[in-house]
Amino acid sequence: VTPRKYSVLAGITLFGAAGDSLLSYGMKLAGSISLRHLSSLVLVVLNPWIAVGILFLLGFFASYMVALSWADLTYVLPATSFGYVLLTLIAKFLLHEHVTWTRWLGILFISAGVGFVTHGPALTHNPPGEEPPLELSVEVAAPSEDAISSRAGR
Amino acid sequence: MRELYVWCAIATIVTASTTGDVLLSRAMKQVGDVGSLCRSTGAFTVIARVLRNPSFLIGLLAMTLAFYSLLFALSWGDVSLVAPASASLTFVANAVAAKIFLHERVDRRRWMAALCVAAGVLLLAA
Repeated sequence: VTPRKYSVLAGITLFGAAGDSLLSYGMKLAGSISLRHLSSLVLVVLNPWIAVGILFLLGFFASYMVALSWADLTYVLPATSFGYVLLTLIAKFLLHEHVTWTRWLGILFISAGVGFVTHGPALTHNPPGEEPPLELSVEVAAPSEDAISSRAGR
Repeated sequence: MRELYVWCAIATIVTASTTGDVLLSRAMKQVGDVGSLCRSTGAFTVIARVLRNPSFLIGLLAMTLAFYSLLFALSWGDVSLVAPASASLTFVANAVAAKIFLHERVDRRRWMAALCVAAGVLLLAA
């Protein structure tokens, strides 16, 4: 995994945690939504905190799509779950929610699970009946680099 | 009663999110390495290729359902319970779904990770 790919994984973590926190803060301001008034669920996106949260989650989604193009689903999800720790810190110190010691322990267990998978390979399979994505990318990347250098030469 | 609502919302998030994740992962594997493709064919071509993929579109619908369920759940429960609980359970469900539908090699290391995360979720809900 290259530094560029690590930055994509870091982007997923940061955008996801920031987006979830902004949404939570916005929804607390908006109050509880009743099942009888579902239209308020659509209007709630006009709340600035929720709007910014959605922007962050769009950043999360873009990074997530990029990561899924070169890594397993079962690698990307745990590799980016340091976000749980960030989320708990944000909930504790910015949203002033009460975080009990059992929840902290839960976060520790989740982090341990993350440790298991991140030591393994990012891609373990090839979709049936298709070219391996990483080999394909190498073949495609080679002429593109030539093209870039020739453009730079001009 | 409020707690029951939160857990029902979490169950919906997990089901919709797992369906979405599997379909999006399948779509992106079909598209190929986005970084390399952007350099060779340009970002717009890659974006168009992603947007035309049926798995991507259905996956996006499932993720939208998961997102609105998350909004519901966040208005009822703490973010430090709802977000990690739904995301962690999704991770366990994804390990199973990825093995069955995406043919990923979910080895002992990845199952151990799934068990650790499941234990973590139980502690979060305690």
